[in-house]
Amino acid sequence: MTNPLAIIGRVFLSALAEIGRLSAFAAEAISHIVRPPIYWRLIAQQMWLIGYNSLPVVGMTALFTGAALAQQIYVGGSRFNAESVVPGVVVIAIVRELGPVLGGLMVAGRVSSAMAAELGTMRVTEQIDALVTLSTDPFKYLIAPRLIAAVLTLPMLVIIANIIGVLGGYIIGTGKLGLNEATYLQVTSDFLEQSDVISSLVKAAVFGFFVALMGSYHGYNSRGGAQGVGKATTNAVVSAFIAILMSNLIITVIVFGAD
Amino acid sequence: MSVPMIELTGVHKGFGPKKVLQGIDLTVQHGESMVIIGGSGTGKSVMLKCILGLLKADKGSIKVNGEEVTTMGRSDRKQVLSKFGMLFQGAALFDSLPVWENVAFGLIQGKGMSKKEAHEIALEKLRRVGLTPDVGDLSPAELSGGMQKRVGLARAIATEPEIIFFDEPTTGLDPIMADVINDLIVECVKDLGATTLSITHDMASARKIADRIAMLYHGEIIWEGAKDEIDHSGNEYVDQFIHGRAQGPIQMEVLKL
Repeated sequence: MTNPLAIIGRVFLSALAEIGRLSAFAAEAISHIVRPPIYWRLIAQQMWLIGYNSLPVVGMTALFTGAALAQQIYVGGSRFNAESVVPGVVVIAIVRELGPVLGGLMVAGRVSSAMAAELGTMRVTEQIDALVTLSTDPFKYLIAPRLIAAVLTLPMLVIIANIIGVLGGYIIGTGKLGLNEATYLQVTSDFLEQSDVISSLVKAAVFGFFVALMGSYHGYNSRGGAQGVGKATTNAVVSAFIAILMSNLIITVIVFGAD
Repeated sequence: MSVPMIELTGVHKGFGPKKVLQGIDLTVQHGESMVIIGGSGTGKSVMLKCILGLLKADKGSIKVNGEEVTTMGRSDRKQVLSKFGMLFQGAALFDSLPVWENVAFGLIQGKGMSKKEAHEIALEKLRRVGLTPDVGDLSPAELSGGMQKRVGLARAIATEPEIIFFDEPTTGLDPIMADVINDLIVECVKDLGATTLSITHDMASARKIADRIAMLYHGEIIWEGAKDEIDHSGNEYVDQFIHGRAQGPIQMEVLKL
């Protein structure tokens, strides 16, 4: 019979090894970001794929979440005659947490999987080996542009998601719940602080890094044909989700923990 | 005697407990066409990948034009890789680029040539492998297997490399298209004066493109000689392989069950 401690030990060691491989991969990728040549055309192409094509899903998510949030806060607040807190809580919740986190998760679901599938297919069809034989570093040509594009694009997407999320709350708040339009906007503006916006953008950039890193790492290292690519795609999304949620907690504690 | 173009000495490579290469010794001279034959899973592709640095050999020496490549740094290795061209088994064309850009890739990215100039050369190389310029604007997915192989060949010769590797160049092709590819390989290599190392289990292809043939079995070179000597090798493994007999010293896994 297998010793349970041995199983735990093996799992722990294997997790550590995976973290080590991921860290080495990230370090190699970052070293290529800062060294020329930089493939601007590929970065622009990736920014289009990650940013523009994710706008509908991120926008819809923010709109409906902001609207639902306003409704919930109104119901909760009305128990204490505090319906007027709706605009303030909506903007804080959206900008600090829901905008970046839900935006990051939506993009992770769409982009990490696509990156892993594309790079995984390139791996199993020897296209990545072909790049090397053509004197082109795959990290520089494939990985670095994706990382740069995701880190630059996620903050832009999150700014839009934040605006649309607040708009969702505004539509429900003024259209259904009877809150005054001018007051809603005034309270929103009063509650929002510069640090909220900065933390939102920092989170978005970090999430963008993880979205591209996980998609690239799992795709680049995929093995074993179609099944391997499928596994890489799933792993990319799951690990990107976990990385986003963990890093969100860490950034939140660092930025707002002292308040 | 001049320095060999490729020289492998005692090269070992394993994956976990599985020993794939178990002491490969092989020499390919300048301008020579060496063909490695051997069954599936004998380590032919692993050997090519070790020479290219796509896999790191566990032990042994690999020299390209006299330079040891196993201990080379990144920039030196890039320099050495610029001497190579390779035709992959499945062509390995980049899906995201049109055919002409696939052919011109090494010129644009590797040699820093302008797109306009590289486009002209790409069309010339496509013509060299019997494809018309209009093919250049197609996507690789729109091509048949034979056409993909030809584009792969055009890409391999586009930078006019000193060394070209051919990984199973005729696998998956009908006999006529396979012969067309073999002819193209012979012509293109003759034009360039390149040294070539090919791996195949297609004996018709080996006889057509080889100057010398070596047989790989269980991770070792068990026979090597001129193309004309292979029918009188006196090696029962080689005899069984070239005649494609199920009976003989080479036992397939399926027969052991």
